[in-house]
Amino acid sequence: MATPTHLRLPRYRSDPDGTHPPLDFPGYRSTALRHPKQPLVLLPQRLTEVTGPLLGPGRIGELDNDLTRGQAGEPQGQRIIVTGRLLDGDGRPIRNSLVEIWQANAGGRYRHIGDRWPSPIDPNFDGLGRTLTDDNGRYEFTTIKPGAYPWKNHDNAWRPAHIHFSVFGSAFTQRLVTQMYFPDDPLFSQDPIFTSIPDEKARERMISRFDLERTEPEWALAFQFDIVVRGREQSVFEDEEDDE
Amino acid sequence: MKWGSTPSQTVGPYLSLGLPWEDGPFVVPEGTEGAVWIRGVVYDGAGDPVPDALIETWQADPDGGFDHPDDPRGHGGPEFRGFGRCPTDGAGAYRICTVLPGAVPAENGALQAPHLDVSVFARGLLHRVVTRIYFEDQDNSGDAVLASVPEDRRETLLARRTDEGYRFDVHLQGEGETVFFAV
Repeated sequence: MATPTHLRLPRYRSDPDGTHPPLDFPGYRSTALRHPKQPLVLLPQRLTEVTGPLLGPGRIGELDNDLTRGQAGEPQGQRIIVTGRLLDGDGRPIRNSLVEIWQANAGGRYRHIGDRWPSPIDPNFDGLGRTLTDDNGRYEFTTIKPGAYPWKNHDNAWRPAHIHFSVFGSAFTQRLVTQMYFPDDPLFSQDPIFTSIPDEKARERMISRFDLERTEPEWALAFQFDIVVRGREQSVFEDEEDDE
Repeated sequence: MKWGSTPSQTVGPYLSLGLPWEDGPFVVPEGTEGAVWIRGVVYDGAGDPVPDALIETWQADPDGGFDHPDDPRGHGGPEFRGFGRCPTDGAGAYRICTVLPGAVPAENGALQAPHLDVSVFARGLLHRVVTRIYFEDQDNSGDAVLASVPEDRRETLLARRTDEGYRFDVHLQGEGETVFFAV
């Protein structure tokens, strides 16, 4: 393969300070032995970083975005519809992109061997969903509103109800795993994972919005949650002097 | 209008519910010509294995091309996914089945040595950490990223040759701490 000398590559903007949590956050005890102590080394964005996996329709089954189906019966709890868009920082939709979620059941219990707190497993809920965004970057899940649950991080610690979201965007630089929260949760202030985000405006972007219009009468409540990944700077030529 | 990014949050202790795929470790199908296993263990700052982590890899094909619209040069065919994903097991171990990437173009006609970009997710990591895997038996001279890393830490980025492929351990903290990158 010939080596191109004028590859035209996009570049992805850095997020403002305070958008993301620090790796060392004493309030969340598990960071203590798991955060790097050496400074991060700057990795200039080259081909490997501005490309990324485009994981297509072959991975998704018909019912994968409905967590209330596919089991022997209906799960317990409040049925909800979660919709939103996957966007980049310029508001451009990211199309046909994989969105994966996992969550606890209505009682706050995960169907995981490591979750032993005394709240019942729901045999009709496995808490796993996958879908692809459409041509407008939209996704939709039907699920059950997860419950809060206790953990041992600090005295009487409770995680606010949340759904884990994993998205790829279209480049390695855009890869993001986050958590979607629900409006007005009284547990936010004591949760070090939520409050690890320094910028309070950024924290609010993890909180879904109740969406009356998308509720289904006598069937389901609805919440709306847009996910935004890093936007592009204007294109540059990779061999320009200012590359690094 | 600029949209602020959604913040990162930890995958938590139950990532294995949502993220693993049965074919996740297979960047290429097993038995592909030239396929190797990259295996390793993720360790914490006390030297203990991390049983609730996830490794993701992204790489060029053997010709150094990416299956992506921003790389117009083409790619290595339908069986080559470029992407690997593996949760760690109870002993902190992961494995990825892949083929060695080719050298990848950089600025001014320079080449980057064959490498994989790696994301590490885990309980206790509020944000992914990013590293690179290089290969000890490939030509790594002239690679600008390796050269930018302090010399005494460079070897943390080198996968060691084994009988069936390579070994690459990740040390999140402490002695032999892996070099992590800001992207």
